[in-house]
Amino acid sequence: MQLSTRHLLGIKNLTKEDISLILSTAEQFKEVLQRPVKKVPSLRDVTIVNLFYENSTRTRFSFELAEKRLSADTINFAASSSSASKGETLLDTVNNILSMKVDMVVMRHSASGAPHFLAQHIPAAIINAGDGINEHPTQGLLDAFSIKEKTGTLEGRKVAIIGDIMHSRVAQSNIYLLKKMGAEVTVCGPPTLIPKYISGALGVNVNYNLKETLEWCDVANVLRIQLERQNQVLFSSLREYSLAYGINRNLLDSLHKEIVIMHPGPINRGVEIDSDVADSKQSIILQQVENGVAVRMAVLYLLSGRKD
Amino acid sequence: MAKKLSDAHPDLNDVVFVGIQQGGVVVGNDIVLAIQQINRAQKVQYGQLDITFYRDDIRKEILTPDTMNIPFAIENKTVVLIDDVLFTGRTIKAALDVLLDYGRPAKVELCVLVDRKEHRQFPIQADYVGVTVETKKDDKVKLINKEVVLIAR
Repeated sequence: MQLSTRHLLGIKNLTKEDISLILSTAEQFKEVLQRPVKKVPSLRDVTIVNLFYENSTRTRFSFELAEKRLSADTINFAASSSSASKGETLLDTVNNILSMKVDMVVMRHSASGAPHFLAQHIPAAIINAGDGINEHPTQGLLDAFSIKEKTGTLEGRKVAIIGDIMHSRVAQSNIYLLKKMGAEVTVCGPPTLIPKYISGALGVNVNYNLKETLEWCDVANVLRIQLERQNQVLFSSLREYSLAYGINRNLLDSLHKEIVIMHPGPINRGVEIDSDVADSKQSIILQQVENGVAVRMAVLYLLSGRKD
Repeated sequence: MAKKLSDAHPDLNDVVFVGIQQGGVVVGNDIVLAIQQINRAQKVQYGQLDITFYRDDIRKEILTPDTMNIPFAIENKTVVLIDDVLFTGRTIKAALDVLLDYGRPAKVELCVLVDRKEHRQFPIQADYVGVTVETKKDDKVKLINKEVVLIAR
């Protein structure tokens, strides 16, 4: 079985079969990561460039580790320390790198659609590691993998996505993926952070009440409040946000069941989630990070063979 | 074959059996069952090994991996690898690579149901052989529903 695509630009253009194949392959890679020698020779002689035009810790480390565990050769690019700061265009930068015989490009960019643009112009396989406010497909995949691992299935699972839905590529990838795999999704947050078109366009429920949403769901994926966007005044203060939409221990204890708590990181402790929730046994935040390596290994492995 | 294996390994504490996905696991299941019936006093340790990530032809075709399950330490044990058909030896070479990533066995032995002896591409031979067959290089020998089938070209 093979993927229907030679790039991973977003969950939007994957089929249900693609997603199942990635998740089941990731299970095998998770086993590899438990071995005494956590490395396989699958991508020997494959060269991968990690092109990060936007800051990242988790995603960049996770991709780099996944590449190394697969025995690929890797080079790293950070926009701040490169010729991009001298005004070189994206396409020029990438063509220069490709002329050094690179097979795959992992890319993060602040402009939505940047990897899609690149995919039309260069022969290497492209993996989107987050583009603007569009998609972050490997995060969507690792979240789905973690939900499946923790609760057994995605089919029929009730998942709440809480916080800044408007600016979140994580939310968008999660929604596409969960809907394709037969889960139910409710988004919850202040009305100013939830696009008006979302329930019609993406087929999700919208609920502005946090308690009701938590009472409904099996899994709550809590998004980061993007402090860098606070100059837009979409809610009055962090303190007010925290009071209305922050997840705290009292709130969880008042529910009639124990739900699973997720967060894509980095956490703003005391804003969208309290420390005693983030560090509790209900939370699978660190398992998400661990699973990220296995999921990215699966994506790299499955995309490495296609040379059309 | 189970009788031979059992005679060679009277103490099952020092030996583990590993079937190679997928045909070797089918053969391994039966062999392990038979060994267990000969030696009821000790439990047979049996695992399954998948070589997908270690293939040397990986760039030509991406294959979906099978389950890997080695729930015991192989350090200083005798490992008996079990496969259905021994042909070029490349699968066994890859299986040895996988095995060494799990630890350092004292000894590795190879048990195969069918040996296509004249087509070896690596210096690898089996210690326990069910049957040796003469085939042409383009023939295919497969295990289908536990029957060995020769597809001649």
